[in-house]
Amino acid sequence: MNIDFTHVKPYGDTLNDGMVQLSFTLPVPCGEEAREAARQLAEKMGLDEPQVYHMKDLGVDFTFFVVYGKCRHFVDYAAIRVPKFQNSRMNFEEINQFIRERIGRKVVVVGACTGTDAHTVGIDAIMNMKGYNGEYGLERYPEIEAYNLGSQVENEALIVRAIEYRADVLLVSQVVTQKDIHITNLTGLVELLEAEGIRDRFILICGGPRIDHELALELGFDAGFGPGTLAPDVASYFVQEMVRRKR
Amino acid sequence: MDKLWLDPVMIDRARQAAKEIAARVDHYISSRTTVAVERTVLRLLGIDGTNAESVPLPNVVVDHLLANGCLETGAAYWVINAMIVRQCTAQEIAEQVAEGKLDLTRLSQVSPFEIRKKGKELACAALDKIKQNRYTRDRLIQKTGTGKKPYLYVIVATGDIYEDVIQARSAVRQGADIIAVIRSTGQSLLDYVPYGLTREGFGGTFATRENFRMMRKALDEAGREAGRYIRLCNYCSGLCMPEIAAMGALERLDVMLNDALYGILFRDINMQRTLIDQAFSRMINSYAGIMINTGEDNYLTTADAEEAAHTVLASQFINEQLAFLSGLSQKQMGLGHAFEINPDLEDGLLWEIAQARMVRQIFPEAPLKYMPPTKHMTGNIFKGHVQNALFNMVGVMTNQEVQLLGMMTEAMHTPYIHDRQLAIENAAYVFHNARHLGEEILFRPGGRIEKRAQHVLKKAAEMLEEVRQMGLFKALEKGMFADVKRSFTGGKGLRGVLEKGSGYFNPVEEELRLRLGLVPREGADGS
Repeated sequence: MNIDFTHVKPYGDTLNDGMVQLSFTLPVPCGEEAREAARQLAEKMGLDEPQVYHMKDLGVDFTFFVVYGKCRHFVDYAAIRVPKFQNSRMNFEEINQFIRERIGRKVVVVGACTGTDAHTVGIDAIMNMKGYNGEYGLERYPEIEAYNLGSQVENEALIVRAIEYRADVLLVSQVVTQKDIHITNLTGLVELLEAEGIRDRFILICGGPRIDHELALELGFDAGFGPGTLAPDVASYFVQEMVRRKR
Repeated sequence: MDKLWLDPVMIDRARQAAKEIAARVDHYISSRTTVAVERTVLRLLGIDGTNAESVPLPNVVVDHLLANGCLETGAAYWVINAMIVRQCTAQEIAEQVAEGKLDLTRLSQVSPFEIRKKGKELACAALDKIKQNRYTRDRLIQKTGTGKKPYLYVIVATGDIYEDVIQARSAVRQGADIIAVIRSTGQSLLDYVPYGLTREGFGGTFATRENFRMMRKALDEAGREAGRYIRLCNYCSGLCMPEIAAMGALERLDVMLNDALYGILFRDINMQRTLIDQAFSRMINSYAGIMINTGEDNYLTTADAEEAAHTVLASQFINEQLAFLSGLSQKQMGLGHAFEINPDLEDGLLWEIAQARMVRQIFPEAPLKYMPPTKHMTGNIFKGHVQNALFNMVGVMTNQEVQLLGMMTEAMHTPYIHDRQLAIENAAYVFHNARHLGEEILFRPGGRIEKRAQHVLKKAAEMLEEVRQMGLFKALEKGMFADVKRSFTGGKGLRGVLEKGSGYFNPVEEELRLRLGLVPREGADGS
């Protein structure tokens, strides 16, 4: 197939057909006017020939729609540059060996779910002995000293423990993102570290379902990891970053 | 009835061990009270509202007594004494304390007999109000009926009670039977209950008495329109467990998350504090006719669901026995468990069926609460919808009673209005389409499902016997539940635990014990 990477469009069953599916709710009573409103909205979103295939009365004068349409827009894929980690992904054995050979001492990692966030599922997946999906967590790594402080840890408390344990790496997990509370928590940590003049002592990493590397850099972190991340992804990054910084 | 053969001797062994574990806990807590218990008593004597700095008046009065070293006699003792001396209501007394016009510990003291007499009168008035709410619920259920089981349980969590009402009404229109208002993240660690209608929260909406009242009214209206009684659920957990129970009882909530161990394990609340608080909160819930929900499902978010299945069952036994000691009948115990086995596991669905059916048979009267997949939800909403359909299928075929509906957008955001609609449509379809499937099934003797259930039951019994040896406190220190270790004197809220002094007086607990038919505890003082 001859794809023009400077003009990329969604694909349904024919190149450049632009096929897109979407679903949303409008705060209007269910009826033919609602259907027309959904169609017009899809058109304004840049969809040609929008089809409202499903419409459901949600009660309280709200209506849910499933709409298909052909997207008018395209993107220039060839021109895209995304900031990425400058390192390769290693496995459990390779990471421990890398630490032994290139760092020569145990790496100290302190992790927490900060602020009022009580969801430890993310930090647990990365840090707990058992890990997640068959990948051991950092606690299992013989060359890593991992401290999981759990949930609802204040930024101040995290910093105190980081200093106490002489941490090399701080891992911060944020799951709750309502009203951008995660942004407040994360920037708060960076500001505190900078105020104390110890920002450069740590490799600062954040993670969570709504976090990516670009956002992390923007917030003043060294790296960010999104959904699907496992312990070796994070560890591969920070051990190589430690060596880079030593140079 | 017994579709799955389970060894009755093993069930008895597990239950007996749990009974002894619970008895030891009860003995320990009987000589202690907490600031939360004392605040609850004050709320039930009629104290509400806040001072000029927005500190709730029950906190103001309890802190005042604590500062004067007088709380171990019980807050009720001092407040009732002041009520008699000054001829005021409890609320007026609290207001005078808040304004700094009154030191409760420096008033002349009337005779203990008079205080006890007045205390009984006030406790009876409060409990009569709660009884009235119980009657109102029964009458409404009789008049309008309820949905079919498993009940469809959905959450609202916008942070704004006004927005929550819209979402809840819509959910009722779609078919929901139970609406739970998720609390703002962090509320469990507040050592006070916020006051008033609230429009800002994170990951949920603050539990306040006014918010309870507003949602109750909305659900009563929505229930009338829909032709079925809609149950309201909130969270009786954290540092204010018994206070929330009192508020819920006064505002006719129907369901309360109310686990004996959850706060210890997942919120790092001190174990002494939680175990004292849960006992009193459950007495109130019992008398109010509330269905409690326990939180064993949470174990499976930190530990692996296949390996840790027996810890869920063991905890259910402990929760059951502790609840009995607070006067709850099994019919009010919505013991919790969850559909959390890794979907990539071969025959994982069989293990889910084994667990769900096993729990059903071991706790035959309990309105079991079944929690949806959360840990293995990925952001692939299409696969998530299928996972939820399987979960619903297991729920209906194993006769679960409360089905907390899974959202395809779990792990992405708190539910949007249409996420909830799609979840309800999914459950309603599966439940209706497979309504009597459970009646048609007998599990093959010696087959995979039976073997799995036997295995989990045996491990649970062994674990409970091990816990009995060391006691629950030690077991929690060793991390035997949910892979979480907690120390006896660590965690939040220990400072709020007090030994009862001689002459300790809690008129509400005395009257509750009387009305619930509970014998006074061994080691309990002042009664």
